[in-house]
Amino acid sequence: MKTNNNKSNKWLIGLLGWLVACILFFPIFWMFITSFKTEVAAIATPPQLFFKPTIENYVAVQERAAYFNFAWNSVIISVGATILALLLAVPAAYAMSFFPSKRTKSTLLWMLSTKMLPSVGVLVPIYILGRETGLLDTRIGLIIIYTLINLPIVVWMIYSFFKEVPKEILEADRMDGASTYQEVAYVLLPLALPGIASTALLSIILSWNEAFWSLNLTTFDAAPLTAFIASFSSPQGLFWAKLSAASTMAIAPILIFGWLSQKQLVRGLTFGAVK
Amino acid sequence: MTSVVTRPQPPSESKRRSSRKIPTLALVAPSVIVLILWMVVPLAMAIWFAFQRYNLLIPDNREFIGLGNFIFILTDPALWISIGTTLVLVASVLLITIGLGTLLAVLFNQDFPGQGIARVLAISPFFVMPTVSALIWKNMLMHPVNGLFAQITRGLGLGAIDWFTDFPLVSIIIIVSWEWLPFALLILLTAIQSLDTSQIEAARMDGAKPLQLFRYVVLPHLSRAIAVVAMIETIFFLAIFGEIFVTTGGGPGLATTNLAYYIYLKALLEFDVGGASAGGLIAVVLANIVAIFLVRSVASNLDT
Repeated sequence: MKTNNNKSNKWLIGLLGWLVACILFFPIFWMFITSFKTEVAAIATPPQLFFKPTIENYVAVQERAAYFNFAWNSVIISVGATILALLLAVPAAYAMSFFPSKRTKSTLLWMLSTKMLPSVGVLVPIYILGRETGLLDTRIGLIIIYTLINLPIVVWMIYSFFKEVPKEILEADRMDGASTYQEVAYVLLPLALPGIASTALLSIILSWNEAFWSLNLTTFDAAPLTAFIASFSSPQGLFWAKLSAASTMAIAPILIFGWLSQKQLVRGLTFGAVK
Repeated sequence: MTSVVTRPQPPSESKRRSSRKIPTLALVAPSVIVLILWMVVPLAMAIWFAFQRYNLLIPDNREFIGLGNFIFILTDPALWISIGTTLVLVASVLLITIGLGTLLAVLFNQDFPGQGIARVLAISPFFVMPTVSALIWKNMLMHPVNGLFAQITRGLGLGAIDWFTDFPLVSIIIIVSWEWLPFALLILLTAIQSLDTSQIEAARMDGAKPLQLFRYVVLPHLSRAIAVVAMIETIFFLAIFGEIFVTTGGGPGLATTNLAYYIYLKALLEFDVGGASAGGLIAVVLANIVAIFLVRSVASNLDT
């Protein structure tokens, strides 16, 4: 009866796995469902699972014209910061992974340690610098800050992806007389492209969701979606359906990004500690 | 931070020199220089402000007061309460996410129908922005009247819990754990998947029970991944802000004021630049103490 036993075991494990997955996903599911309810249905007792769906909340959020300003700010800031970080990180990671020196390891660790510097420690100076330079509440200001806070992780991830490219391929190409530019542009970058793409995705996700600097350094002009959503927190008002609709719109793009990239994402995130 | 950087290097490390001449210094320099500026400039300013009486509301009253701000901040009971809250918050969430994450990683390492989809659902919370997850939990789940939890417990005749009034810190811990459990799960799952199956088979042949298998084969294999998870999570947990900002605002009283929120209150609500800078420097010192332990333990596990 061993096989039978295994079968029921498998069934149990499947049940448990799905139960855990559903519990973890439930708050997101509930938010999504609520966004299609009327405000009255959203706070009904007992909670309704079946109801006549409406898109009035999405229309209402869209009518708050500001929504698209916030969303556009989020896109510009997270993509801008990611491009800037990649431009800085790719050359550095290239040099460190293919031409390592005695200082390479300590440089990498030092970069990571800059992330240990708590943002609150430098909030006041950055706020004052921002005010003096006129970068407060501008997209450029947030792009610069996000580039700097994500740079260490971006360098690390690209470094570990470059490390995975077999040196022999590059060396063979070198024998054929390829120039450095050709080697990088036609051999290395295509090979490392999936890694660079997933690094970019992680950087976009982190920038999109960052709440400390965006809440403290922006008021309206450059405020991204994190600030838009936070504006719903002040009144204890019962407009959960609209809040749910706005939240769904705020997280949907990044959630889909995350789902698509989860496999590659984790490879870079492990910092080479998991083989 | 310097103590982390200047780790002695083994002198025997071989230099791999390529035939190709590459201006490596010029390639690495831009990243290093901007990061140095990012660290040094604000930090120097914070030190400069920390020794002054400087309130943005009364800027004319600005003067050098030596250690005044530090004495004021260090004798403020709220600082110590907030440091305690920070440590409780970081430690609890680390424990929950790594403990549960390890168990779930073992679970999701098994083959079951629809395992891929279940895994994607389970990791989804990681991609939700902190302000959104905090608001979902605060309003739709933990609300004492219309929240789902209250509705369920009241339906069962148990009455309702007012989460953010009665258990404010626990509520924050639950929310942050929910956000970060998927991250621990993802990384630990990858680590388990890299475990050599023949090793498990061999142990099983020797009559190891599942629990022994987990304790003596799986867990040691996971130690590096756990170190990485702990390090990255600690970096983010020391600076938890958005979740507190939209739910409790640090209260009731000081119940959910962590160090980040304490300095925020000083700086942007009381406009006390000097005091906030001194508090910020204390946060930097605290983070450094943690960093030295963590980066060291990870560094010893890394092969670059």
